[in-house]
Amino acid sequence: MSTQARPTQLRFTHPAFLTAFFRYAFRGSKQYYLWLGFLVSFIPPLLWGAHRQFTLGMAVTGLSDQVSWGIYIANFVFLVGVAAAAVTIIFPAYVYQHKALKKVAVLGEILAITAVCMCILFILFHMGRPDRLWHMLPALGVFNFPSAMLTWDTLVLIIYFLLNLCAAYYYLYTKYRGGELNKRFYLPLVFVSIFWAITIHTVTAFLLNTLPARPMWHHSIMPIRFIATAFVAGPALMIIVFLVIRNKTRLWIENDAIDLLSTIVVACLGLSLFLMLSEIVTELYHATEHSEGLRYLMFGHQGFNELVPWFWFSLLAMLVGWFALMFPRIRKNYSVLPVICLAVFMAIWIEKGLGLIIPASIPSPIGEYSHYSPSLVEVVNCLGSWALGIFMLTILTKGATGVITGAVQWENSVPKGEHSHA
Amino acid sequence: MPENIPLKEIDVTEKPESPGSSASLSRRKLLEFSAKVSTVSLLGAATLLSGCDDSSAQVSWAENFQKAYRLMSADEVAAAIKRLEARYSEHFSKAVSVDSSKAEPGVLFGAALNLQKCIGCRRCVKACTLENNQSRTEGEETEWIRVLKMEQEPTQQEDAEHYYQSESVPQQNAHYMPISCMQCENPPCVKVCPVQATYREDDGIVVVDYNWCIGCRMCIQACPYWARRFNWREPGLSSEQLNPNTHYLGNRPRMKGVVEKCTFCIQRVRKGRNPACVEACPVGARKFGNLLDENSEIRKVLASKRVFRLKEELNTEPKFFYFAD
Repeated sequence: MSTQARPTQLRFTHPAFLTAFFRYAFRGSKQYYLWLGFLVSFIPPLLWGAHRQFTLGMAVTGLSDQVSWGIYIANFVFLVGVAAAAVTIIFPAYVYQHKALKKVAVLGEILAITAVCMCILFILFHMGRPDRLWHMLPALGVFNFPSAMLTWDTLVLIIYFLLNLCAAYYYLYTKYRGGELNKRFYLPLVFVSIFWAITIHTVTAFLLNTLPARPMWHHSIMPIRFIATAFVAGPALMIIVFLVIRNKTRLWIENDAIDLLSTIVVACLGLSLFLMLSEIVTELYHATEHSEGLRYLMFGHQGFNELVPWFWFSLLAMLVGWFALMFPRIRKNYSVLPVICLAVFMAIWIEKGLGLIIPASIPSPIGEYSHYSPSLVEVVNCLGSWALGIFMLTILTKGATGVITGAVQWENSVPKGEHSHA
Repeated sequence: MPENIPLKEIDVTEKPESPGSSASLSRRKLLEFSAKVSTVSLLGAATLLSGCDDSSAQVSWAENFQKAYRLMSADEVAAAIKRLEARYSEHFSKAVSVDSSKAEPGVLFGAALNLQKCIGCRRCVKACTLENNQSRTEGEETEWIRVLKMEQEPTQQEDAEHYYQSESVPQQNAHYMPISCMQCENPPCVKVCPVQATYREDDGIVVVDYNWCIGCRMCIQACPYWARRFNWREPGLSSEQLNPNTHYLGNRPRMKGVVEKCTFCIQRVRKGRNPACVEACPVGARKFGNLLDENSEIRKVLASKRVFRLKEELNTEPKFFYFAD
């Protein structure tokens, strides 16, 4: 920051910034309000579901002693990946100085912030005693560090959240004030958060694959597979967000930015498919007892086959998406691209969500097959949490476009002559 | 590499009044202060939620702010026990005792099961449930022991029957394998618990501090023996069904949203009795005792029988032994 001590420089303009930011974020066309209204309509069911679950207990979910981790954790794992995938924007922007992406790199940070918030929401729904979350707080509670992987995950996620929050806020606030970024403050933040993105998804993989009790998970391939699939789902989502921004706001996002992201999607999708193939071959060649979970996922077992169609849909969508995106003509057709991105995004959600979490519990560690499908309460809670997350992403992104285009600026809200630039 | 994860903060010898080191003192002050702050700030909510004339609601409110059991001083343990006894006795309309007896030195509990003798009658399952106050909610009865029925011909575990219904037992050409908590010396569940709500006691019993568990079910995922159960709703247990002789770390009534498991009947074995399953077995297939006592029955089994442990290769070091004559 500038060390000049002019009084106007020191003026505390954070409230003004936040007011201007959110005023811009909540202003829009009729279509924009319809969209926000659509998202908000998921909240009443969410409140109903949350109330039922928090009063009656988790018996209102489809979970059981046999399958005790379900769709909440599935969403959590997937969203950690989405959060980590913010680096697919930030890395090219700041390491390769990719101009088009650098202009909108803050949107990647906003994606990370939103995804971590959604993760926390899903964890609260997953916990049997969310009222006892304080048991994990330092000083008040007991933190089983470094032994428990869950404590590592909590730490890395919170730090990642704070890194991105600081970076994004500092960037937007400085732009709003019309000042220059202090690179000695901002760049370290960005580079640490790039490194940190990899740690959050690695630790989330360690959470699962360090459990020999669950042979379906007990593979050293999981962390890299997580990162590969995250770098498919994250950029796929961002491509959709970028195209919406281009069409609906005054911020123009260059083709260059979108094309780089779709290249990342196709490369990482290929890698994901390769890693998946490696796992399938390794597991099924001799089909030992340890492959039972995977066999249940792919082919079912004596009437236990809820996941089979999901698995094959997911695999098909990934294959078709990969094949299609290899052609530049399809990749650069911006009316087809978002459709493929959506399909691939959903395919990864299945692959890394239900398709990963459930077969670890079916069969149980002592060989019992059981059924699991999410209950109505779980479904409305998940939809509501997604709606809340997308609402947050919409608002923050809208506000950020205002700052980037200069519509939200200090000068616009303060009479001339009352302040000066650094 | 078996490892016990020590709690950094415990000092059981320290009396609450004794002037500890300045560090521990300031820590305690901080704890007290933060406890006060949270109590005050949440008092309003407490009153709203519970209605201030309801004594049991006030008791359970105090329970919400108690420490992890292992961090409690002797006085705090006494207060917690008193609170619980009052609440349970009021709720079940009969006198309920909550024991807090500790592990004795020189004791390491272990159990063994004779697969050749087991007839699959599931009397151990029943006795365990009666003794340990598991939920009896219809259709969702909680059982800590699962008995697998297997064909005599070579089979994989996945072919075992979990819900066999036989007119009589044992069925011809079948053998039975009861599975419950193996009380591992190197318990994976303990390692993964983010708040150390589950831990290994000095006599080798792996317990759960029901008031400290946050219900994340990480331990359920980590257990290779499927030995842990979760209270998906408020447990259903009537006054008649309640066994009033309880232990804080064992069979005291649980609440919704927490994990529970076999504790070798901690409330019995710490008083020199056998676990309920051992007592109930009609064919004497189950053995129990102190592994450190050379003359115990369990040591004789280990010395003279062909013994194996389930999933030993996972480095869990179970203290539950299967054997054949």
